[in-house]
Amino acid sequence: MKKTNSLAKTLSRSTNIAAAVFLFPAVAAILFYMIYPIIDTFWTSQYNWNGISPNKIFVGVQNWQTLLGDANFWSAFWHNVIVMVFSILLQIPIGLLLATFLDAGGKKFNAFKTVWFFPYLMSSVAIAFLFNYILATNGGLFSSLAQLITGKRTTVDLLGKNPQALFAVIGVMAWQYTPFYMVYFIAGYSTIPTTTYEAAVIDGTNRRQYLFHVAIPLLRPIFRTACILSMIGSLKYFDMIWNMTQGGPAGGTELMATYMYKLSFQQFKMGYGSSVAAGMFILITLIALFFQKIFVVKEND
Amino acid sequence: MANVAAYGREKIKSRVSWAIASFFALLWFLITLIPFAFMVLNSFRKQFDMLTQGVFRLPDPWYFENYPRIIQNGFFGYFMRSVTIVTLALILLLIISALASYPLARMRFKLRSFIYGGIVAMMSIPMHVTLIPIFKMTNWMGLYDNLYSLLGPYVAFALPMSIYILTGFMMTIPKEVEEAAVIDGCNKDSLFYYIFIPLSKSGLSTLAIYNGVTMWNEFAFANTLLQSAAQKTLPLALGQFKGEHSMDMPIILSVLVLSVLPMIILFIVFQDKLVKGMMSGAVKG
Repeated sequence: MKKTNSLAKTLSRSTNIAAAVFLFPAVAAILFYMIYPIIDTFWTSQYNWNGISPNKIFVGVQNWQTLLGDANFWSAFWHNVIVMVFSILLQIPIGLLLATFLDAGGKKFNAFKTVWFFPYLMSSVAIAFLFNYILATNGGLFSSLAQLITGKRTTVDLLGKNPQALFAVIGVMAWQYTPFYMVYFIAGYSTIPTTTYEAAVIDGTNRRQYLFHVAIPLLRPIFRTACILSMIGSLKYFDMIWNMTQGGPAGGTELMATYMYKLSFQQFKMGYGSSVAAGMFILITLIALFFQKIFVVKEND
Repeated sequence: MANVAAYGREKIKSRVSWAIASFFALLWFLITLIPFAFMVLNSFRKQFDMLTQGVFRLPDPWYFENYPRIIQNGFFGYFMRSVTIVTLALILLLIISALASYPLARMRFKLRSFIYGGIVAMMSIPMHVTLIPIFKMTNWMGLYDNLYSLLGPYVAFALPMSIYILTGFMMTIPKEVEEAAVIDGCNKDSLFYYIFIPLSKSGLSTLAIYNGVTMWNEFAFANTLLQSAAQKTLPLALGQFKGEHSMDMPIILSVLVLSVLPMIILFIVFQDKLVKGMMSGAVKG
């Protein structure tokens, strides 16, 4: 029985035990609902299986070989990339503009802020239904507008044809997610201390110079997070497209997630569906890591 | 004199840029509002009137029967199921994430940074990767097509972000408060109940609002794990109503209005909380 250090040891052991008890529910839930399913997805990708029957057929890497040569999957991935690029190009600049306007305008524009935020409160499903009607050829907003302008019976078919269907969807996404980035940038502006602004004014800058040479450069880290969030969000986009176009017309708005869902829960090819899900996971992780690296390098310069 | 001219030019420039900004602000205001106006106005029309009157005129006459009709057709059931699952999931989420954030913020123990890093990394996991296994697990547990099958996934997927925000929040509680409580005889459990939970109230309510909106609108898990109309939540009600009234646009639009309305009311009441929640995630991210 040694008595040296025993108090410190007992203390640290009791801390370890307490921490384990407090953390247990969270860690268990994450292991059960996130970590295990990810492993299981990779495991299931080696089988051909319809999701119900007990006979799973082991096929090894065959699903992965199919995936590498699957034109549908790669076209879906390409659509994800297009969505990603346009999400960043539309949502983030417009969000920044709106936030800048609110920051410069102050409290009297709170009504604008409230209304601008509304789309983010709507579920993607609700947005899908609403815009299906708004973009409809019969009684939709755009078609009615075209009729009003031309005075003839014309229709604007935005969702029925390629490639405009994908861009119509990108537009709706911008409508939905711009408020999110607006709030992000409002948060960013709120972290700039008022003393910074006062110092800039004393140094003789006007509002415009302050904005472009002081405030926006200070928002760089927020930009980085916003870009990464927007990227990951566009790569796993699902709800709205699924309810609006189901990936149609002719696969023109098919994304990785809708393709995976179709395979798994409509055609019941759960084995191959798992390969698509796992492939999606790998691609998203790689792209996220790659951009994180780039941003970090840039920041260090 | 040159200075005065320069000042004048600046003033005009700033006026012009302000005018452009205002124009743009107003434009985006309209872009945001018009779809909502389309939704609300047309939900007060008859299907037939919508086709004959076009969409730009006010409803004539205002038709109020769509709302009673969807309420008679089970809208309230979807609504209450959504309320039930969101409430239960939020209670569980808040308890579990508060329990987990406390040691992460305040204790020095083995594996602390490993566990914290692992939880933070989980924030960017796409849920679709887990959809097939969770569908399988739900079947095994005999919970398929049961509202409560959503509880686990909803809580688990909200945990990483919530723990991240709440840990950050608890770190800002001054050490002195904790020390004073220890001197007064608090141990780790009572510290948690009597000091950290009360002081984290605003962080917790922020989390509740933020995750409440997300869960209220969740679609993919619900669509995968629920099948019968008697179990479906509000986001699935739209598809269900569309199946029953496929051509009746005003009916569907009134379902939309009723499902968005609670969120808009909540937002107007708790606006600052929600925005703060997004901010605390944003600024530290």
